[in-house]
Amino acid sequence: MLRYVLARLLTFVPTFIGVTLVSFSFIRLLPGDPIIVMAGERGLTEERYAELQQQFGFDRPLWVQFWDYFTGVLQGDLGQSFVTKRPVWDEFFTLFPATLELSLCAIIFAIVLGLPAGVIAAVYRGKFFDRALMSTALVGYSMPIFWWALLLIIVVSGNLGWTPVSGRIDLLYFFDDVTGFMLIDSLLSGQEGAFTSAVRHLILPTIVLGTIPLAVIARQTRSAMLEVLSEDYIRTARAKGLRPSRVNGLHALRNAMIPVITVIGLSVGTLMAGAILTETIFSWPGIGKWMVDSIFRRDYPVVQGGLLLIAVIVMIVNLTVDLLYGLINPKIRKR
Amino acid sequence: MSLLDIRNLSVDFATSTGTFRAVDSVDLSVDAGDLHAIVGESGSGKSVSMLAAMGLLPWTATITADTLAFDGRDLRDLSPRARRRIIGKDMSMIFQEPMSSLNPCFTVGFQIKEALRQHLDLDRKQRHARAIELFEMVGIPAPEKRLSAFPHQLSGGMNQRVMIAMAIACKPRLLIADEPTTALDVTIQAQILDLLTGLQAETGMALILITHDMGVVAETARRVSVQYAGQKVEEQEVASLFSDPHHPYTAALLAALPERATERRLPTIPGVVPGQHDRPEGCLFSPRCKFADERCRTVPPPVQPPAIGLARCHYPLNVPEEADAI
Repeated sequence: MLRYVLARLLTFVPTFIGVTLVSFSFIRLLPGDPIIVMAGERGLTEERYAELQQQFGFDRPLWVQFWDYFTGVLQGDLGQSFVTKRPVWDEFFTLFPATLELSLCAIIFAIVLGLPAGVIAAVYRGKFFDRALMSTALVGYSMPIFWWALLLIIVVSGNLGWTPVSGRIDLLYFFDDVTGFMLIDSLLSGQEGAFTSAVRHLILPTIVLGTIPLAVIARQTRSAMLEVLSEDYIRTARAKGLRPSRVNGLHALRNAMIPVITVIGLSVGTLMAGAILTETIFSWPGIGKWMVDSIFRRDYPVVQGGLLLIAVIVMIVNLTVDLLYGLINPKIRKR
Repeated sequence: MSLLDIRNLSVDFATSTGTFRAVDSVDLSVDAGDLHAIVGESGSGKSVSMLAAMGLLPWTATITADTLAFDGRDLRDLSPRARRRIIGKDMSMIFQEPMSSLNPCFTVGFQIKEALRQHLDLDRKQRHARAIELFEMVGIPAPEKRLSAFPHQLSGGMNQRVMIAMAIACKPRLLIADEPTTALDVTIQAQILDLLTGLQAETGMALILITHDMGVVAETARRVSVQYAGQKVEEQEVASLFSDPHHPYTAALLAALPERATERRLPTIPGVVPGQHDRPEGCLFSPRCKFADERCRTVPPPVQPPAIGLARCHYPLNVPEEADAI
């Protein structure tokens, strides 16, 4: 088991180098010069420009810049933002709880609705619920996320006025960050209505971010269940006189979980990508919005560092998923 | 009154090319403590008729019957809930593929205790003790240790023993064994059969043994049904079936036994069981029967009286002098 984990961690190395290289070069491929962007409309003299170039190290060859960056990363130094002058590492972990909170809510939303829906669709295959669910899932899967978000904002927030349009909490509440998770902090603050406000702010972003994972999970659960339901051991379970809920919910679902867990793991990547759009639309102060802002500001260290950290998180999640396989199906268990 | 009473059972499957009749007006009656064998080639509807009795057929199947009763109660009149109280308790079944019939995600101990918990009022400790006792009964060595094994850690023979232990866990009155030895090694086959017949004698339960092995039938069964293409073509006591088969199909099956071969080449039955689209008009066996004539090919045969083994044939063989064929 330990050997397996170590072997998997070893495969992180090339991925890690690759991500560093890609994030480093892609942001530099974008047209636009960070120094010009920083100067804004005031413009700046040629001497000042050369001075700044030297200060940021842009005058040196690219590979030297990369080597500097890469050795820095290996020592845990992701550099500091051009704009705020704060270390990327600090900025990331200040904002990350907001993204994590939203992502967790979204994935829980997707699992809680998607799993049972997929199971029910498989058990009643070909019936009305199955058809309705599968076509809805297809719509959910194909819908552009920004359009879906705007639609929900217009109808639910605008016309119906049920939820706030943006942000994490109403402005009239103010308290210190303890955990960075608004749901927990608002409870800890003890202010009346703060928690409810935090929940109301979470609803729409959660739905928007969770829609694609929900559709994927529901469809994957259904097809995995359909395969498992025709297995001999399901017949055995029924031959024991077990309730259908136990046969489907325990004997079948446990076996169907492997592909479902896989797509849940892969959804984490989707969530990170989706968070960028969702956070921008809902002004959610997480890393997605932070990354987008940094790209527009050509804030190289932030974009590079942010991408790298997101990639590492996705890699860790996928490793966790692989380890979960063994827990679910003992046949795959590694010694 | 017989324990399992099936009259005129038919099972149709909806397929993409129309309906397929897997079981065609089959009768079966098994008394308490009886050992009844059902023989026939693959696709003769042996398993399907028993799965119908157990209520385990997939949703594509349509079941029609005059009677489908267990212990005098028609199974079709019962609510699904009431039926589940019988299935796995009074009436249980083991299957052909022991390796795939056990859930790979759970230990065998969990799976057998689950059956006990479903039907019996035992506490945790009692269930554990009963599970060990059952494993001992079916000859699993080191039973306590085996309880925590997963199916893939056991051999096929061991898994079939687990299946048998699970099936007899609640002291069933009827055990249906669907080709229990087909997937196993020859040496293990004999052990499993001995185990089944031994348990049957010990507990007094009725046993329906589905098989395509005439040798197995000769060694174990008391009564035998022969099925062909979904129909029961003959039913007799085992001794008289082997000495005086009435249906040409039974005779041909027996002639194909290596032990009975008189010539160098083993006799075979030419052709295959008819499928969905090539069902003959008259007798279903007529295309392969060496006695068939025009009447056989056009007119479905009658069922002969019990003295002629209920043979579904126009011209039954070995008719005793006092009995008259229809």
